[in-house]
Amino acid sequence: MTDLKQVAGGGLLDRRAFLRSGIGLSLAGFADTSAAQALPVVAPAYDIPAWMRMPGGADLAYGLPAAQEQALQRQQHAGPPEDSGFAVWRTPLASQPGVITPSGLHFAVHHNGIPDIDPQQHRLMIHGLVERPLSFDLEQLARYPLVSQIRFIECSGNTAANAASPWARDESCQQLFGEISGSEWAGVPLKLLLREAGIKPAAKWVIAEGADGGSHSRSVPLEKLLDDAIVALYQNGERLRPSQGYPMRLLLPGWEGNVNVKWLHRLEVCDAPAYTKDESGLYSEVLANGEIERFSFFMDVKSVITHPSGQQILPEALGYYEIAGLAWSGYGRITRVEVSADGGLSWADAHLHGPVLDKALTRFSIPWQWDGRSSVLLSRATDEFGRVQPTRAHWKRRYADHSFNHYNAQQAWRVARNGRVENVYV
Amino acid sequence: MYKCVQRAILLALAIPLSRAELPVLAFGQPLNPAQLKALDITVFPDGRNLPDGRGSVRAGRSLYAGRCAMCHGASGVEGPSARLAGSDGFFGWSDPLRPLRILQYPRLMLSVGGQWPYASTIFDYVRRAMPHYAPKSLSDEEVYALTAYILHLNRLVEEDTELDRHSLPRVVLPGRAREVSAWPEKPAD
Ligand code: HEC
Repeated sequence: MTDLKQVAGGGLLDRRAFLRSGIGLSLAGFADTSAAQALPVVAPAYDIPAWMRMPGGADLAYGLPAAQEQALQRQQHAGPPEDSGFAVWRTPLASQPGVITPSGLHFAVHHNGIPDIDPQQHRLMIHGLVERPLSFDLEQLARYPLVSQIRFIECSGNTAANAASPWARDESCQQLFGEISGSEWAGVPLKLLLREAGIKPAAKWVIAEGADGGSHSRSVPLEKLLDDAIVALYQNGERLRPSQGYPMRLLLPGWEGNVNVKWLHRLEVCDAPAYTKDESGLYSEVLANGEIERFSFFMDVKSVITHPSGQQILPEALGYYEIAGLAWSGYGRITRVEVSADGGLSWADAHLHGPVLDKALTRFSIPWQWDGRSSVLLSRATDEFGRVQPTRAHWKRRYADHSFNHYNAQQAWRVARNGRVENVYV
Repeated sequence: MYKCVQRAILLALAIPLSRAELPVLAFGQPLNPAQLKALDITVFPDGRNLPDGRGSVRAGRSLYAGRCAMCHGASGVEGPSARLAGSDGFFGWSDPLRPLRILQYPRLMLSVGGQWPYASTIFDYVRRAMPHYAPKSLSDEEVYALTAYILHLNRLVEEDTELDRHSLPRVVLPGRAREVSAWPEKPAD
């Protein structure tokens, strides 16, 4: 049998040697106590099962997940009483094996609910510092050449609990990291529409506004809109879901979720930012010296081990497991993810699963033989610009205690001797 | 001979074609300013786009008690919804109960009066989005009055103040002195 070469402390194994060795991964996988996924263990049946003795059932015009899988859902942030804040729906990231999130499970933050928009009446208007103020309906937009891009969207407040809570809360990957999702978005490059309107020389910013009850609005540098921004009309091969901005949303690849304005209806080209509500307060950062930083658009390089992750239970001590997770950077491509199984004392390179795309989720994995002792697992991502995830202590040094946005520190999960996985600070 | 002519024609065609821009796609419909009037609501820090009308702290006080206090608290600090007055942070001299409030409603760590840099934003946001259950239901006068009252809760204007398009942008908020911008991004140090 091939030697199972250790590549770092705590039982991290060389992937190639491991695959050659023929030792399968623990088939039991991970029990997830946070979701109603655990099925009763049934003794293997060797008889011909009932479903092989009858014709199958009918299909549906619009397919649904298997009945047994319908417990996998987004989790709503519970804020008592119901109206004290805004709605946050988190993606079950630990159950997502690839880089695309099903549209119905894409995370959402709604500041004033989902508007019931009549697509026939909806218009996108471009005005302000332009030669020709223009309006577009859905049909007109659909006549431009569509582009499609696989991108992540992450809320600036993803993992806020680990940024601001003085103690590490015992929460699941979904609760802590569920404000990121990946999709294939298709739509019209904004530069086509802006050039058609004719940008005046004084123009520097654009106020993007949604057609929701609160007229959500953000100031965005014109530079980004002329770069890779699109008016997205489709997500994962179908029209946007209402929760994602039907009939159209702004997509600013790699930038904080809040500027990807849903239900987009108005773009006001101007010379200065408007300091809208969200850029004045909720989506700004308080620095350690008391200064308030605004317009920090980029979501920095970040990663999380999704298996094993918070509140899961490893079924057997001394087993082989695959440590797997997701990495991303709002600046570009992921080039490296290192994993530690001994609390950061030693690290090994995880395997990146291709294709590794620009500003998209990237999957990584590494085999691990757990020795049954309490172990702390960490991941550390690097992007093509050499940006590396900081430690939590390093991240905290830059910000005031109560600042919670743009948290991208290395995530630590402790696997206790009984196999239970818990969120910890190291 | 025929070939030569053909080539000449092709060349003559090819040159202008290769130099030509991509075909101009222009499906947008002209929009006249009158069509936009009701929708063009962004108010800028310098007061651009503020409407006519005026409103007083006194008028704002009763409006606030009737339409805002149930969510933002009697003095704008109690919650459950966003804190409108006082400083930001886990602790604060002005409000000893703050840590308890934050345990229950974490968003009370932030404060409009403590953090926002411009008074124009209060007018802009209240007019477009508040009260939460009935956005865009307030008149411009009512929005001026509520803005004046929120500024008064923060001790930034006197009890007898009236605000209009000229005076509102002149109120200076403490958040202004704390302002730094991450855009355009500086190289990492
Ligand atoms: C039904 C509850 C409710 C009522 C009534 C209400 N608000 Fe609000 N208010 C909210 C919520 C919730 C938010 C946070 C919205 C968000 O961030 O998306 C908010 C946010 C705000 C903000 C911005 C706070 C921040 O930090 O971003 C201001 C200013 C405000 N409200 C003013 C008012 C005024 C003035 C009134 C009365 C006309 C009012 N509100 C009535 C629920 C309410």
